[in-house]
Amino acid sequence: MAALVIAEHDQLTIRAATLNTVTAALACDAEVHVLVIGHQAQGAAQAASQIAGVKKVLLADAAHHAHMLAENAAAQILALAADYDYILAPATAMGKNVLPRVAAQLDVAQISDITKVVSKDTFERPIYAGNAIATVQSIDAKKLITVRTTNFDAAATSGGAASIDTITASADAGTSQFVSVELSQSDRPELTAAKIIVSGGRGLGSGEQYQQVMEPLADKLGAAMGASRAAVDAGYVPNDYQVGQTGKIVAPALYVAVGISGAIQHLAGMKDSKVIVAINKDPEAPIFSVADYGLVADLFTAVPELVKELG
Amino acid sequence: MKALVAVKRVVDYNVKVRVKSDQTGVDIANVKMSMNPFDEIAVEEAVRLKEAGVVTEIVAVSCGVTQCQETLRTAMAIGADRAILVESDADLQPLAVAKILKALVDKESPSLIILGKQAIDDDSNQTGQMLAALLNRPQATFASKVQVANGQVSVTREVDGGLETIALQLPAVITTDLRLNEPRYVTLPNIMKAKKKQLDTVKPEDLGVDVSPRLKTIQVNEPPKRSAGVMVPDVKTLVEKLKNEAKVI
Repeated sequence: MAALVIAEHDQLTIRAATLNTVTAALACDAEVHVLVIGHQAQGAAQAASQIAGVKKVLLADAAHHAHMLAENAAAQILALAADYDYILAPATAMGKNVLPRVAAQLDVAQISDITKVVSKDTFERPIYAGNAIATVQSIDAKKLITVRTTNFDAAATSGGAASIDTITASADAGTSQFVSVELSQSDRPELTAAKIIVSGGRGLGSGEQYQQVMEPLADKLGAAMGASRAAVDAGYVPNDYQVGQTGKIVAPALYVAVGISGAIQHLAGMKDSKVIVAINKDPEAPIFSVADYGLVADLFTAVPELVKELG
Repeated sequence: MKALVAVKRVVDYNVKVRVKSDQTGVDIANVKMSMNPFDEIAVEEAVRLKEAGVVTEIVAVSCGVTQCQETLRTAMAIGADRAILVESDADLQPLAVAKILKALVDKESPSLIILGKQAIDDDSNQTGQMLAALLNRPQATFASKVQVANGQVSVTREVDGGLETIALQLPAVITTDLRLNEPRYVTLPNIMKAKKKQLDTVKPEDLGVDVSPRLKTIQVNEPPKRSAGVMVPDVKTLVEKLKNEAKVI
């Protein structure tokens, strides 16, 4: 038996999340196959076959698979499930959407967002927005797993020589249709995938000041922009900026918290960042308890100065 | 059309949970409990659809201990018409809840089933998708916009890197994301009215659902503590440290 990884891809290339998932899969089982579900996705299948450690790539290519609709993708995975002990997907919007559907159809529990493979049937996963780590054991015969990608190294994109098998595409369920997609036009990296995030809180005072202060810093660092719930609730920025328990969970290499006090709700979303910098004028702010580097200063002078220092 | 909304009673999002010293779980005795924030958004959306004349009746459902009644009363104060509590002291995992909800959907035949995208306690993000699978109906997860027209529901979903719009044939299952709406505050008169609304209680056994857990929690630990950081005196030192010590810029 083997482990099957559901690839996250854009038909032409494999997205990075797939590589981390392959590493997690290899920790479960030595035989790892990758399933590419898509339309005209030969490019993605080629890229998948090069990933180190992958033994076989399965390509299900059909027009109705173009947008990874959950109903069709789940049916495709279900058709293969009998041959695998493990089915893994990255804990991205795609993986979270599709995999629980497969799990229910197989009548097995899903283990969400694993951060560690402890043994063949035991995994670690964060609960309560990362405030506790649960070690869970699955008693189901098949393990369906989504993988928190920031906790596993990326598998090498070369060195593999997997065969590519084109498999029969499952039928179109016909109950849902793709209408349109509107990708963010921003040049900034996507919040959950960014290497550097600069995040502003209520200390910024207004939406205009948020833009004035934070944008030059984000531009200088090539960073994504985030915000605390307080800044979102105050209307400074739309709520897709929100980092926290009820917003986005991020783990960049560098997280710069500006004018953020550090409520639990916010810390839950960013405390796995590699390096945390806090700029706040209140030396008692809880954010300093998780910051690697803290600067007690007025953000309206410190941030422009920081932009200047970064040259 | 009828809408069914699933709500969960969870530890309030403002509470800092503590892991029990025997590592069996998280200490939730005597902490404030509230409706899961994503479920509030789900109830609000159903109420807005009712106000828009699309939905005619809203049934709120919760699974768990007796105190979940409070959560259902809150849902009815927001605007749900009646409620069903599936009472159980067992550790109800997403698959079990999905099976319970399926049994209720089979009975109630709603056209729209709305859930939160995830509960902030177990962070699973599974129940809605599992329910859609068991019902063999289409799903739209992480919804930020919902429009019903001509026997279809068009849903804009928050996906990585942007927004995707899909159209589903009814009945369908929708899970809510943060951006969908801003839930209203419940007013005192509505809380009083909610007390008079119908709340039925059933047991999982009555629905013929086996709720035994499939995932065994071996232990629960505190997350690793971050090592203490340093305070820097000025911006210059900060930049120097980020460049040379942390090497992140």
